[in-house]
Amino acid sequence: MTSPSLKQTPLNAAHRRAGGRMVDFGGWDMPVQYPSGTVEEHLRTRTRAGLFDVSHMGEIDVRGQDAIAFINRICSNDVTKLVDGQAHYSALTTPAGTVVDDLLVYRFAPDHLMLVVNASTTEKDWDWINSHRAGEAVELKNVSPEWCQIAVQGPDALRVLQPLTPTPLDEIKYYHFREGEVDGVASIISRTGYTGEDGFEVYAAADRAEQLWNRLLEAGDGGTPEGITPCGLAARNTLRLESAMALYGHEIDETTTLLEANLGWICKLAKGDFIGRDALARQKEEGLKRKLVGFEVTERGIARDGHNVLIDGEVVGQVTSGSPAPFLKKNIGMAYVPVEHAGVGREIQIDVRGRAVAARIVPMPFYKREKKP
Amino acid sequence: MANVPEDLQYTKDHEWVRVEGETGTVGITDYAQHALGDVVYVELPKVGESFAAQEVFGSVESVKAVSELFIPVSGKVAEVNELLQEEPEKVNSDPYGAAWMIRVQLSNQGEVDALLSAAEYEDFLNTETE
Repeated sequence: MTSPSLKQTPLNAAHRRAGGRMVDFGGWDMPVQYPSGTVEEHLRTRTRAGLFDVSHMGEIDVRGQDAIAFINRICSNDVTKLVDGQAHYSALTTPAGTVVDDLLVYRFAPDHLMLVVNASTTEKDWDWINSHRAGEAVELKNVSPEWCQIAVQGPDALRVLQPLTPTPLDEIKYYHFREGEVDGVASIISRTGYTGEDGFEVYAAADRAEQLWNRLLEAGDGGTPEGITPCGLAARNTLRLESAMALYGHEIDETTTLLEANLGWICKLAKGDFIGRDALARQKEEGLKRKLVGFEVTERGIARDGHNVLIDGEVVGQVTSGSPAPFLKKNIGMAYVPVEHAGVGREIQIDVRGRAVAARIVPMPFYKREKKP
Repeated sequence: MANVPEDLQYTKDHEWVRVEGETGTVGITDYAQHALGDVVYVELPKVGESFAAQEVFGSVESVKAVSELFIPVSGKVAEVNELLQEEPEKVNSDPYGAAWMIRVQLSNQGEVDALLSAAEYEDFLNTETE
């Protein structure tokens, strides 16, 4: 049974009723998969729609006249570029240019923004952010317990969600959001996600989570072969891996810089000073020693997190995430390797429990959805 | 509840063995396949390899995880189920039938008696999942 120390989202009972297999995920009691299984959940999200409980994510409210200036100083992306109703991907960086956490920044108003951070790092981030205030006029509040977050992802996401809300969803551009109602519940409707598909993330009051979850399942014909399916953390992981999105604690952490992780696009070195800027500028000038690459296993075998990468029998790096890719039907992974070996097409080997298995570096993302005309 | 056929012997690592004369056929249980989830890869030994009871003879992988396979009885591998290379998902759909993994020539018949009967394995599952 559940360890009493594990945290629960407001959908915990719903997951258990639906037969979700619950695991300890960074201190949270979360469903790793439902009875339909990871492969089916993954494929349904690529072809129809998947429903994800991501209420464990942390939300930190930043209010005050210096909200933008403050966030711009502790995060790597340029938050001055956001307009009201827009969000972007960013990172909290250390002075060494490594990653405290990756996050989404939402701008509601010039003096009101919200940071959405990883579940297992919420407390660390909260302490970090508070300890790096430098006299800015900001009010910080960890509002994580107040919110649930439900993601509807996949090509059918808009059709599933639209009947439940008067907000015209097709008017919300990618990485934009609106405040509105879903099934009569005040919500933030954000066109974002972590699957590589079109979709929405809905934030609402935690005590309305079950209502929204059930209504979304109904609206998406959940339980039918062509309907929406609830998805566990395993499918969430394989979906993001096919789309080559970083996962904190795997591709990025306090030992990896943003540049090494191919996240130069959220490093706005020209925006002015921010924590880690000098280190990142120096690394950019001097050149990287290692970088994150994507690979495909070309022999029988599955690379897993932590496996060594070999070239000519020598260990040159480690796999950060490795798994079968259910949609691509290949065994793929990401790994850090020295830049001189990081070129696309390079043949490498993965040490799969003592067996050297051939793999090849390939372009990322592994999977990219076809944009509708 | 997991399906536990009467005519097999079991281990606490969730393997089964069907003993017919000098030969033991080995696979993983319904409970094990269910716990693993979608099986995508099965790694098996070569014919002729010998193992002592409880040694690792291969591995089975789902999307999410790798599990080692422990041989219930000592013996020499006489046959390997090649079907599982192409259709590892059979482990989920037919764990006691089409997804048998290896056939071994038993080197110590006495070991079979130490394995769990179907009733004992069911009891074990009940205590595990309580």
